[in-house]
Amino acid sequence: MLTKRIIACLDVDDGRVVKGVQFVNLRDAGDPVKCAAAHARDGADEIVLLDITATSDKRQTMLDVVSRTARGLFIPFTVGGGIRELSDAEAVFEAGADKIAINSAAVKDPTLIGKIAARFGSQAVVVAIDARRVNGGFEVFVAGGRIPTGRDALLWAREAAACGAGEILLTSMDRDGTQSGFDCELVQTVADAVSIPVIASGGAGSARDFIDVFRSGRADAALAASIFHFGIENIAQLKRELHAANVPVRWPC
Amino acid sequence: MIAIVDYGAGNLNSVKKAFDYLGAEVVVTTQPEIVTTADKIVLPGVGHFSALIGLDNAGLRDALLRGASAGKPFLGICLGMQWLFEGSDEAPQFAGAGIFAGRCRPFPSSVKSPHVGWNSLAVREGSRLLRNVAPDSFVYYTHSFQAPVVAATTAATEYGAQFSAAVEQENVFGVQFHPEKSWTVGLLILKNFCEVR
Repeated sequence: MLTKRIIACLDVDDGRVVKGVQFVNLRDAGDPVKCAAAHARDGADEIVLLDITATSDKRQTMLDVVSRTARGLFIPFTVGGGIRELSDAEAVFEAGADKIAINSAAVKDPTLIGKIAARFGSQAVVVAIDARRVNGGFEVFVAGGRIPTGRDALLWAREAAACGAGEILLTSMDRDGTQSGFDCELVQTVADAVSIPVIASGGAGSARDFIDVFRSGRADAALAASIFHFGIENIAQLKRELHAANVPVRWPC
Repeated sequence: MIAIVDYGAGNLNSVKKAFDYLGAEVVVTTQPEIVTTADKIVLPGVGHFSALIGLDNAGLRDALLRGASAGKPFLGICLGMQWLFEGSDEAPQFAGAGIFAGRCRPFPSSVKSPHVGWNSLAVREGSRLLRNVAPDSFVYYTHSFQAPVVAATTAATEYGAQFSAAVEQENVFGVQFHPEKSWTVGLLILKNFCEVR
């Protein structure tokens, strides 16, 4: 049976793992190479590494981190942040990523999704969507959550899928880093609207939250960062609890 | 030496990296002559079945078929396994190698497509490639088309219906999943391939 994926996310700034609350107030959480290997050993089904500053002067640092992280990692590895054109994606794949995540650049130019998919396959293209509740709907924000686009998250997810995206990484900005639970309504809205997998992100705080987002949110995968880094929830323990609650997971692994 | 065949269908770094980790001598190549001189052949590949046209364009098809019929250990991964069948509904005009009977088809409409994530193997006994792989091991998939269960199937996976997760006939092996991304289970399978004589 196809299992629900638990994805550990490393937000990286200048070569270090950091984590904020609602996209600000960053705390240091360690070396990305060690964090990724530890999560894989604990049973993470995938690793996502997001370059949260992604300025051009730090780009080489980032590619170096990607390369060192990928070397000993034999589970799927996604890299996002600062990918603006095909050549940026090529450099990240060359460094060892299996998939890339694009956000602002895809909103600006949706044909970028198809260009990368044509070269590396749809399975290698994750479109990341940061959404916030605005006036009863879900609005897409870009530039690390700083700029509202006026676009509806559901419609954008459908368009991204039609352009060749292989997966949607859907982050609730309202819940990001709060550990108050995923936004199941947001996740379900998007998961029901597209046939490609939807990865829920933002708000993970307990095993109960994961059970809820897989059941009522109908997520295919769920991603978390802060709870895993600071040891509040060990992935192995989380998987044991999901398994006990009859959520299909890769366990034991 | 193991030749990893590059015909322009996606990123082969992960496959090479896994063999490097196992200490195998591997070369990524676009050259039919190198495939011909290699001891073993790995045909990876992701994406659309029509990408396999790259094999014909580069003159690789004959080198692969000759290698397989000469008894060289041959491993097709994902699209590379699908190529070992007769063809695929994804690109009906393009012929596969026909080493295994049957055609690749889309998933039933009852399930989401693509099939992405970790799913379990129902392993049949006697496979050399899957030696010591526990019966219900999980492996990582990402694909939209699937090969039928045939006599040569050594492991099946359930997604909407049963499909071939692994096939094996003498020196020719295929896996639909990605062993290079399937953690310790995947590394064991690649190690088994390295040790096939």
